[in-house]
Amino acid sequence: MNGVHDLGGMHGFGPVRPEANEPVFHAPWEGRVIAMRRLMGAWPGYNIDAGRHAIERLPPVDYLGFTYYQKWFQSLIDQMIASGTITPQELTSGRNAAGVPVATPPITIANVAKSIAPVGSFQRDTGANPRFTAGDTVRARNIHPEGHTRLPRYVRGHIGTIERDHGAHVLPDSNAHHQGEAPQTLYTVRFAARELWGSARNEADAVYLDLWESYLDPA
Amino acid sequence: MSGEHHHDHDHDHDHGGQDIPSATALRVKALESLLVEKGLIDPAALDAIVDAYETKIGPRNGARVVAKAWTDPAYKARLMQDASSAISEIGFTGSERPHMIVVENTSETHNLVVCTLCSCYPWLVLGLPPVWYKSTAYRSRAVIDPRGVLNDFGLTLGDDVAVRVWDSTAETRYLVLPERPEGTEGMDEEALAALVTRDSMVGVAKVVAP
Repeated sequence: MNGVHDLGGMHGFGPVRPEANEPVFHAPWEGRVIAMRRLMGAWPGYNIDAGRHAIERLPPVDYLGFTYYQKWFQSLIDQMIASGTITPQELTSGRNAAGVPVATPPITIANVAKSIAPVGSFQRDTGANPRFTAGDTVRARNIHPEGHTRLPRYVRGHIGTIERDHGAHVLPDSNAHHQGEAPQTLYTVRFAARELWGSARNEADAVYLDLWESYLDPA
Repeated sequence: MSGEHHHDHDHDHDHGGQDIPSATALRVKALESLLVEKGLIDPAALDAIVDAYETKIGPRNGARVVAKAWTDPAYKARLMQDASSAISEIGFTGSERPHMIVVENTSETHNLVVCTLCSCYPWLVLGLPPVWYKSTAYRSRAVIDPRGVLNDFGLTLGDDVAVRVWDSTAETRYLVLPERPEGTEGMDEEALAALVTRDSMVGVAKVVAP
């Protein structure tokens, strides 16, 4: 979706301001939010792409105004209500609705260790022949899907070079909408800075993105 | 789609994330209680995850990888060829194997990592990302004006250095192998690891000799 999350190349956000001696969390609730997301991610119907898309769909004013963990918190609630995991009434009351059976969590203290790292492998063996090989010239498609995509606006329509083939990876555009993993070959594509941003850029500078096969046309 | 929201707008709209809305803390606590009561999450597992992020994963893991690559040419060759396997040799991957890629800074090339669409970051080797990495300022500018971003960090590169920006659009995760600073020839792996900063492994700083 052409959302406000697609920030690459925008102006007006000011200088980057690193914080000296930054703590891991600025308040204890931030750690609780990240841990709740990790644990809820083990339930059927939750995946990393759907989680990202839920953040993208926050109202733009909230997306820009919230802190990072506020975005994670609100989008987790949005996902849980949309999927029926909790109801708005339960959220208000803080209590399990009468008659709803108590579940058994898939991740407990006994098996939590393997859930701490954020992702497993997203590579899949499809046996499909890649359409492109390293050195090929490609053009990022000028497409504007309303759903989730990982093709940023700033490269659409631009010409790049295939740098590397990573094998087939789960396609976020499908997985985010619970329409299956639909794995496709993933490529690192090099775009010259001048191709993206004009002739004032340094000739040797470049931006590299990992893009799925259906994002690309031969050029 | 997300339904009607009942957000608290009592928080400060700065972009640093330092200002903590207490209403959010209360709402998070209420949600946690609800999920525990419904049997959806195990509170002990929740505590263990928070503890791991606070005390176990972090940039020291990445610093060990860098220091080993600086002192062991065979390891460096494996790291550049297949970073996921080489990093798991160090022993902190657990059962997960993220698709890691290492990019090397030299006197001719400087690499910088960003995620313009969200906040993808190599948690395994660097821990959770700092606020600036997730900020709109960094995400918007790193791809169009990487040299300006580096200036914000006090790093000015000459025109003879090529800047490569890696936008983390997939589940591949990038770690920058910084240049080993001059004057560290006599240092062992452990002493070198202590010099390697998080920022140098994202590509917004160089490693400085003591």
